[in-house]
Amino acid sequence: MLRIKRVPTVVSNFQKEEGEEGARAGGGGGGCGRNCLQKCCIPGAKLPLYAFKRLNKISGEKDLLKPDDKEPPVAFLDSLLLGEWEDRAQKGLFRYDVTACETKVIPGECGFIAQLNEGRHLKKRPTEFRVDKVLQPFDGSKFNFTKVGQEEVLFQFEASEENEVQFFPNAPIDVENSPSVVAINVSPIEYGHVLLIPRILECLPQRIDRDSFLLALYMAAEAGNPYFRLGYNSLGAFATINHLHFQAYYLAVPFPIEKAPTRKITSFNGGVIISELLNYPVRGLVFEGGNTLDDLSNAVSDSCICLQENNIPYNVLIADSAKRIFLVPQCYAEKQALGEVNPELLDTQVNPAVWEISGHMVLKRKKDYEEASEANAWRLLAEVSLSEERFQEVKALIFETISCGDNGNPSVSELLLEEEPDDKPKSLEEGDALNKSSRHHAMVSGECLVLH
Amino acid sequence: MEPQLGLLELSVNNRYSIWVRERLNELPDSFTITDPSISGHPIVFASNGFLKMSGYEMEEVVGKNGRMFQGPKTDRRSVMEIREAIRQEKTMQISIVNYRRDGTPFWMLFCLCPVFGKEDGRVVHFVGVQVPITRKRRQSGGCNGVSYCEDRTGFRETVIGSCRREVCSDSVVELGRVLAMDSDSRELEVDEQCEASDLEKAKAKLAMNSILSVLAHYSESTGRLVCGKRCCLARTGLLGSSLTLSLGRIKQSFVLTDPHLPDMPIVYASDAFLKLTGYARHEVLGRNCRFLGGVDTNLSTILQIKESIQTEQACTVRILNYRKDKSLFWNVLHISPVRNASGKIAYYVGVQIDESCENHDKHGLSPEMRQRSAVGAVKVAVRSLSMVAGTSESQQQLPMNSILLD
Repeated sequence: MLRIKRVPTVVSNFQKEEGEEGARAGGGGGGCGRNCLQKCCIPGAKLPLYAFKRLNKISGEKDLLKPDDKEPPVAFLDSLLLGEWEDRAQKGLFRYDVTACETKVIPGECGFIAQLNEGRHLKKRPTEFRVDKVLQPFDGSKFNFTKVGQEEVLFQFEASEENEVQFFPNAPIDVENSPSVVAINVSPIEYGHVLLIPRILECLPQRIDRDSFLLALYMAAEAGNPYFRLGYNSLGAFATINHLHFQAYYLAVPFPIEKAPTRKITSFNGGVIISELLNYPVRGLVFEGGNTLDDLSNAVSDSCICLQENNIPYNVLIADSAKRIFLVPQCYAEKQALGEVNPELLDTQVNPAVWEISGHMVLKRKKDYEEASEANAWRLLAEVSLSEERFQEVKALIFETISCGDNGNPSVSELLLEEEPDDKPKSLEEGDALNKSSRHHAMVSGECLVLH
Repeated sequence: MEPQLGLLELSVNNRYSIWVRERLNELPDSFTITDPSISGHPIVFASNGFLKMSGYEMEEVVGKNGRMFQGPKTDRRSVMEIREAIRQEKTMQISIVNYRRDGTPFWMLFCLCPVFGKEDGRVVHFVGVQVPITRKRRQSGGCNGVSYCEDRTGFRETVIGSCRREVCSDSVVELGRVLAMDSDSRELEVDEQCEASDLEKAKAKLAMNSILSVLAHYSESTGRLVCGKRCCLARTGLLGSSLTLSLGRIKQSFVLTDPHLPDMPIVYASDAFLKLTGYARHEVLGRNCRFLGGVDTNLSTILQIKESIQTEQACTVRILNYRKDKSLFWNVLHISPVRNASGKIAYYVGVQIDESCENHDKHGLSPEMRQRSAVGAVKVAVRSLSMVAGTSESQQQLPMNSILLD
């Protein structure tokens, strides 16, 4: 069993140190006293509800301009999300004021973003995390989002029953209806940092399914702002809570991963275009296009499902209002557990989750912030990336899985396996030199075995 | 949703006089002029050449954002590059797929150039020039996408000849396409990567230069001169047009004040603020907010505001204010510090609610929540934009032709 020790991020004020859990107050008539989202406190509870309109098509922005399109009652991002978030900031629910954290764009081609955040990891003991199992069953005895206080929940988010956006400032929490909610992250890494928790009361483990992924795309589309992105970390790729959730925040700067050149690999069913990142320290796939939001969503979620079922940790970035999605399989935690990561990099205690991989680096030490350079960021991310060889294997696996049911076209994966790696950009080859663990991998009936 | 037509017309007329339209329409080129200071960064002028190329009527495009011409085949990374060039007020050119009114996609070379006001060096407009990219074809009589596809399956050399370096370097993709040909032989040519030729680039450059010279010339007649270079670098106390653009999207009544300038003057006032108070923008910029008070304004409330600013805390007060016409209103005022990317306080934002007009819309957000959202939107705008400024300042000073000339 592979484990790493790391300081877990405190996402809720109700998240206790391991072992402290269970120290509940009273449990008398008025709920557990924490005003949480469990059976004890839900009866009678109300939260704002934002119901989005289902789309049939990825527009043409033209669709947005149709005269019959009514202006929604509430602007999702600018009014609802930011307003509720600022309200919680005024109420002092966050552990620190993230706008007081210094941040800068690191000079260079890529434009990595560095933030000095000394408060995020204070007062927590390092905890052991198992990193060799991407799918683990939900464990109700550990922290999960039903234990957060209702004041940390901003609103419910669901598909509208009518054919239009609806907003209810005070909607009861309908337990039967499996509400999805948006809650604050009390350790934000940028303004508006929230968590989307699909069907929160069903207590789903951290695992992508088609419906939940589509919900995340709808949230990005509803925000309608390319600088409001959603991210996902699988277990083994720096998710710390095994309760299905996406993260999201607002940062009006292009992320380096979004600026990286890409090479189109194939068009997929439903008009989804799949490309490969070039000249970026982490190897990954980019999904865009698609005749409908469902097409795009399914192509990505099916790829995620393939990865998690094959026990390959990964991160997902939903960018550009759900028009571009980055899928990055990674192996950092595994390398870390095997003692293969350069100690200097470990010293920075940077956990390369989705935001770091996308180029937004949250640094804990002033020294690292001041010395932050493109070369350093590149070096860290190169350790996160799969080796070229392994990436090609994983890519083939994904294409094989998702092109099942894809009629007619020759198997894409067959073509890809024949690809000559000689057109590889230089910088990636340098990354390969660091990437020693590739030799430890072997494909056995689609399983990723770690040989050591 | 649509900004008032008057505002769009004035954007052109006040700067270049009403006569400029006629002169601009004598140019054969396809181009648009947009105004970043109006909410939504709308098109304020579209040339005849543009309307002909896109198939739209003038009134269908004026007031709209340029993104209306994008569609599913438009490369998102290219869209991002345009967005960033606008934010950084830089010139740029890029090949991109746009859509005509009838829904057909086509490749064009898009060139963007900011137009700066000479008085303060701020961006007043952006000019976008569109040059359709035509493909060279080897076979005579091949005049549509289908015959182009036939070319491709038959002769690989032809593919390389007409499709330029992206495809050349990418034999796997090409191989995949050739193999997929049977099931998909009618693929549109927009699915290929496309680069503009030197000729098309030269055409765009020429068009941009003539448009800029017309604009510069006609701006002399209004006395509000423009040029294609940022000529005045002293912008103290004024906000960049990127920040102005972001703030312009916030609908609530609010002002930004700068605590680092003497007497903490207003450096930004929203349209809703001007409507609420009855003042014109130039009457409030540069002044301290105290002019809103009057004889009956409670002194202890003013002290409370001062104290919260001294302690760098947010506060909400109810204060009696006066409009320009001396009429009174109870202002539910929320004040909050706004920090820049270094984590330092850059501004204070004050968001006003006229207590008498509070609408208790059952299906919307409460006035308090809308007040909070304005604060949030201001905070993210200031923080994000000061983050970029550090690195982009040097690039901003590029002479306007540095890209067009290459």
